[in-house]
Amino acid sequence: MKAVISVTGKDGVGIVAKVSAKCAQYGANIVDISQTVLDGYFVMIMITDVSALSVQFGDFVDAMANFGKESGLQVSTMHEDIFNSMHKI
Amino acid sequence: MSILTTNDIRETINMIQNENLDVRTITMGISLYDCVSDDIDRLCDNIYDKITHKAENLVKTGESISKKYGIPIVNKRVSVTPIALIGGKADSDGYVKIAKTLDRAAKTLGINFIGGFSALVQKGMSNGSEQLIKAIPQALTETDFLCSSLNVASTKAGINMDAIYMAGKAIKEMAYLTKDKNSIGCAKFVVFANAPEDNPFMAGAFHGIGEPECVINVGVSGPGVVAAAIKRAGNCDFGTLADIIKKTAYKITSVGQLVATDAAKALNTPFGIVDLSLAPTPAIGDSVARILENMGLERCGTHGTTAALAMLNDAVKKGGVMASSSVGGLSGAFIPVSEDEGMIEAAECGALTLTKLEAMTAVCSVGLDMIAIPGDTPTETICGIIADEIAIGVVNTKTTAARLIPAYGKKVGDSIDFGGLLGTAPIMDISKYSCKDFILRGGHIPAPMHSLKN
Repeated sequence: MKAVISVTGKDGVGIVAKVSAKCAQYGANIVDISQTVLDGYFVMIMITDVSALSVQFGDFVDAMANFGKESGLQVSTMHEDIFNSMHKI
Repeated sequence: MSILTTNDIRETINMIQNENLDVRTITMGISLYDCVSDDIDRLCDNIYDKITHKAENLVKTGESISKKYGIPIVNKRVSVTPIALIGGKADSDGYVKIAKTLDRAAKTLGINFIGGFSALVQKGMSNGSEQLIKAIPQALTETDFLCSSLNVASTKAGINMDAIYMAGKAIKEMAYLTKDKNSIGCAKFVVFANAPEDNPFMAGAFHGIGEPECVINVGVSGPGVVAAAIKRAGNCDFGTLADIIKKTAYKITSVGQLVATDAAKALNTPFGIVDLSLAPTPAIGDSVARILENMGLERCGTHGTTAALAMLNDAVKKGGVMASSSVGGLSGAFIPVSEDEGMIEAAECGALTLTKLEAMTAVCSVGLDMIAIPGDTPTETICGIIADEIAIGVVNTKTTAARLIPAYGKKVGDSIDFGGLLGTAPIMDISKYSCKDFILRGGHIPAPMHSLKN
């Protein structure tokens, strides 16, 4: 089972490191990362394998969102199936 | 990103975060046939127990799916067997008691609405249906989450004008009884022609007679997504425009199908249908009127509006059908005036009139919806407006409906504010000429002929 984590916010030092550390803390394995900075605005999309999470998926979603709030970032974590259903026929 | 592209992911996230994409409702349909009893108290107990048991995990499941996919699921609702079919020999007081029981069940479950305080009277009226209709004003005044509907006509049966007259009287009475809350009772009552039996949207949802024991129906939304896609496309011809709408509708509906399948599995209940409707809200960027305006109309309601809506409605269906294994309900663009920010503005500036809205309902679902009219509108005029709308559905073999609010004490130029999803309704002008003698004839308008079509 995979999840897509999108992170947006004002660019700064160590965002990738912080998000990755949070993923590691909950047992989410990063499979792919796409990251860029547009006009000082940080945009990252991560695909993670969440089969071996240490908590329920819903709790992981909350934990990532709360972490985002604390760090001044918008972090949303979504099951990959919503993207698959929308973009694949 | 090997399988999913970054652009795909961004598009989906943008739809949810900036274009108001949501799943409008998960509605659980529950049959109440096995609740029947000759004792009204036992009947009410059976109803309460069955609903609160079957839908026990509905809200929790909705919230958990919403979190899993990161998409809002705005409403969790229940629809039940038309109550007139299970009321037995209850009198109107008995039906009010049932209404309160349904409302109590809704409150226990924490759902937004419960629908099905309904009767099917297109051909004629049983004793039970008559008692239920008499109970509607009190039932909707003394409950908070209950919705009621009447099917007064069908293409096969014609139009029951006596039922329309009773409905008109009920609307007028409800407007008075709920006058302290902007006549809100009327917003929870809808009169149908050709009512669908698997509709997940309120106020018209009920669990039809041919439906299974329990079922999950899902209503999608997404006018903001369609409006944004059309805006991005800029100046293109109608063929290209239709294609853009179809592709967008496919994406929106895919999410509905995903949520419906997940909900059905989690609740161990069969999946019924996905309703493809574009359902607006009063929020900015969630309006069907703005879609039509993005297609090139200066204001919704001007000349060209009916054609634009016809094309939109058709393209939404074509795109949506492919994304779902089973489509049903109302499936089309909704044009509720008070619930659509662009419609409100168009009505306020005079671009959108009641007569234009009536024409628009000939090509879309679902009808004259959430329309506030002056509080002193005579009952017969209300019936005339309903009869016109119903006739459009009957003759065109489609669902139409009327949800009218003769706002007590209000006149043209005023507006009423319900707050939340029900929005704000400017009082619309109606004809000052009477249709009283026509309505008072009573009886039945015969079913239309279906050959010699012109």
